[in-house]
Amino acid sequence: MGRITLDKITKKFGDVEVIPPLDLTIEDGEFVVFVGPSGCGKSTLLRLIAGLEDVSGGEIRIDGSDATMVPPAKRGLAMVFQSYALYPHMSVRKNIAFPLRMAGMSPAEQDRRITAAADVLNLTDYLDRRPGQLSGGQRQRVAIGRAIVREPAAFLFDEPLSNLDAALRVGMRLEISELHKRLQTTMIYVTHDQVEAMTMADKIVVLRAGLIEQVGSPLELYRAPRNLFVAGFIGSPKMNLIDGAAADKHDCKTIGIRPEHISVSPESGDWKGTVGVSEHLGSDTFFHVTCEGIAAPLTVRVGGEVDVKYGDTIWLRPGPEQIHRFDQNGLRIA
Amino acid sequence: MATKASRSAARLMMAPAVILLLGWMLVPLTMTIWFSFRSYLPLRGGDLGAAGFDNYVRFISSSAFWPSIQTTLILVGSVLVITVVFGTLLALLLDQPMWGQGVVRILVIAPFFVMPTVSALVWKNMFMDPTNGLFAHLWRFFGAEPVSWLSDASLPSIVMIVSWQWLPFATLILLTAVQSLDGEQLEAAEMDGATKLKRFFFIILPHLSRAITIVILIQTIFLLSIFAEIFVTTGGAFGTRTLTYLIFQRVLESQNIGLGSAGGVYAIILANIVAIFLMRIVGKNLDN
Amino acid sequence: MARDVTSRRKLINTAAAWAVGLVIFFPILWTFLTSFKSEAQAIAAPPLFLNFDWTLENYGVVMERSNYARFLWNSILIAGGSTILGLLVAVPAAWSMAFVPSRRTKDILLWMLSTKMLPAVGVLYPIYLLFIQLGLLDSRAGLIIVMMLINLPIIVWMLYTYFREIPVDILEAARMDGASLKSEILYVLTPMAIPGIASTMLLNFILAWNEAFWTLNLTSVDAAPLTAFIASYSSPEGLFFAKLSAASTMAIAPILILGWFSQKQLVRGLTFGAVK
Repeated sequence: MGRITLDKITKKFGDVEVIPPLDLTIEDGEFVVFVGPSGCGKSTLLRLIAGLEDVSGGEIRIDGSDATMVPPAKRGLAMVFQSYALYPHMSVRKNIAFPLRMAGMSPAEQDRRITAAADVLNLTDYLDRRPGQLSGGQRQRVAIGRAIVREPAAFLFDEPLSNLDAALRVGMRLEISELHKRLQTTMIYVTHDQVEAMTMADKIVVLRAGLIEQVGSPLELYRAPRNLFVAGFIGSPKMNLIDGAAADKHDCKTIGIRPEHISVSPESGDWKGTVGVSEHLGSDTFFHVTCEGIAAPLTVRVGGEVDVKYGDTIWLRPGPEQIHRFDQNGLRIA
Repeated sequence: MATKASRSAARLMMAPAVILLLGWMLVPLTMTIWFSFRSYLPLRGGDLGAAGFDNYVRFISSSAFWPSIQTTLILVGSVLVITVVFGTLLALLLDQPMWGQGVVRILVIAPFFVMPTVSALVWKNMFMDPTNGLFAHLWRFFGAEPVSWLSDASLPSIVMIVSWQWLPFATLILLTAVQSLDGEQLEAAEMDGATKLKRFFFIILPHLSRAITIVILIQTIFLLSIFAEIFVTTGGAFGTRTLTYLIFQRVLESQNIGLGSAGGVYAIILANIVAIFLMRIVGKNLDN
Repeated sequence: MARDVTSRRKLINTAAAWAVGLVIFFPILWTFLTSFKSEAQAIAAPPLFLNFDWTLENYGVVMERSNYARFLWNSILIAGGSTILGLLVAVPAAWSMAFVPSRRTKDILLWMLSTKMLPAVGVLYPIYLLFIQLGLLDSRAGLIIVMMLINLPIIVWMLYTYFREIPVDILEAARMDGASLKSEILYVLTPMAIPGIASTMLLNFILAWNEAFWTLNLTSVDAAPLTAFIASYSSPEGLFFAKLSAASTMAIAPILILGWFSQKQLVRGLTFGAVK
């Protein structure tokens, strides 16, 4: 079981309030991603849950019982660190065995669990190596192995993929998702990468300056961002945000339109513009268009290969159902 | 990483070290200050009552005081100049590519590990002895009259012994500093047309300045309390009585505790003046 | 980029460096050689360099006459005891300062350093008096305590700089893995810090072995270590070059060997981490 409830928790470092009172419930078995720019408090929040930092106020409950003052070792949570934090002087086997040894488990049971974990994570051949002899991806797996053998109430991941190269990152992303499907254990995952959040999460928590901006499933956030911050943060490339005359037409301060929701035509459309740099990815083409009456260049995404050149004149038309409207406070107008 | 639990554990674990050092500092210091205001002569019945500032005045006005200060300054100053200048040159030399660098390093460092009493005795007898010492042989070989080093040139002799002991320290630290110099900086200067000498004064020396400062401060603190070298060679005679040695004589030889303690307080103040500068540098280093 | 140097240039460097190195090392070499000469050959004019009759006689005489073993044993006990005792006190302290720093950590570290700068002579009599009162004068226990205290700041500092290089993440991982504070220090921190602890021990051992203010002033017979043993040769009747050399060689050889092993770590220890 791993239902975690945060009840009005706050964190201050000295006089600086990093996390203002915050409520959040994480259901058992859920994959929750905390996402936000650096310094938004997402790692601090994770460390509060882990018990590596004391909360300044409020209560943390794990499966209904108050864990606010319980030391990290006794919370029954496992954590995977950004740096992996493997014990360099121990073999892979000893690294994975460490939490079991600390729990005073019998050697036979330790062996059984290590073998099982190594099997799942493809580490069987590396059990007698030292962490220093492993590649980044393998170290990452050892860190996960060390976490799963304990059969914790929940897993905490602190930006676990940020030290891997791009190709490995995609692979490990799938492996972690796969692991979650198989174990059905609560996972809390911190990242600054919205792609990771979108692809892995059951529930995304978008944080800014210690405040929760929005909580919801990836598609809820994509379809109905609650404010300008979430709108700009979720989705890649970023949503185009337009002020001025174009927005006035829709009776709001700002309109937002995602690059994939703009159609392109050589002859007619709502906005006339000049093509700037275009990026040809093969599967898609992104181009940046400077439009008359709109301050910032718009990003447009078109499927497949499109033949447009720098300096061409084109017409853009936003999908009418896909325009997001925001008021002067940056909040979504339904 | 800091929870209340770990913070209180940390305080508990720091306690023994802090309490021990606090005791080590405060108890004897308080006693020294107390004695310095008493007329305390164990051989004439012990504590003979309050003395006010008498001991302080007497210590300074005694005929031995100013010479001892002068001796101390000459000793410390000469050793500093010798070790820093030769240490810098030696560090630059050792940094050059050569065969057997590791062995040379070991040869140069060795004197630092020789206990002070041994080095003082070896120099005194085997090198500076006016009849059988190596220097005497060397002088005679060139037809000169051997010198009675430790009586006729006593202070320079001690300066030489102490410099020999501390040169490795300066060299080792300056060598570490030289090696941390970015080679590209030197190459850039070379491209900019700086000659070797200019590169030394405009690039290398400024880079070394911090290390040199540290060498000077640390050595000063150790050199101010040079003891064994004088104890074994001249016993403070022939103008080699430093402040440390003078206090030692007042306290243990003539058993005038009050007077010696007043001297001790002077020595503590002197050391602290140097220490403040050292701590500033070390403290700054802690921040990054 | 290391640049290629002509062999001629390298040859000149080598010659110069070896010449300087040998001059600096010469007094030690000379002592070593003299220790194998007979007393007559030791003062022969002109001096004999290698062409003498090598003998071990001096070593036998020194060992026999002056009870060398007891001084050696005292040196080992005092240097070793103070090092171990110092570590026991310093490891927890350095752990707290490195991993649970507070606003006062820096002040405490600097204050500890300042105690090291207290001139020994300033507190000579109080310590002497306390030692008489406590019956510690000329006892090994007393010297072990004093050596431990004078070197404690250096031990704490060195350990602190080594501990700071250990990533905090790893200790936190241990905590998440259910390790108590004791297990964390015992199974994770200490094994990782072994190289640092070893060089700290080595430097401290060397410093304690060579210390020659307190050892000369607080011992007479029973607890006297090698520093005092050598100092006893300063009296005129002890003026036998060969025997003095043999005694000196025995007193410095062990530490010279240890010192060569620790030369890399020495800089850090002696400059309180200010030069790396």
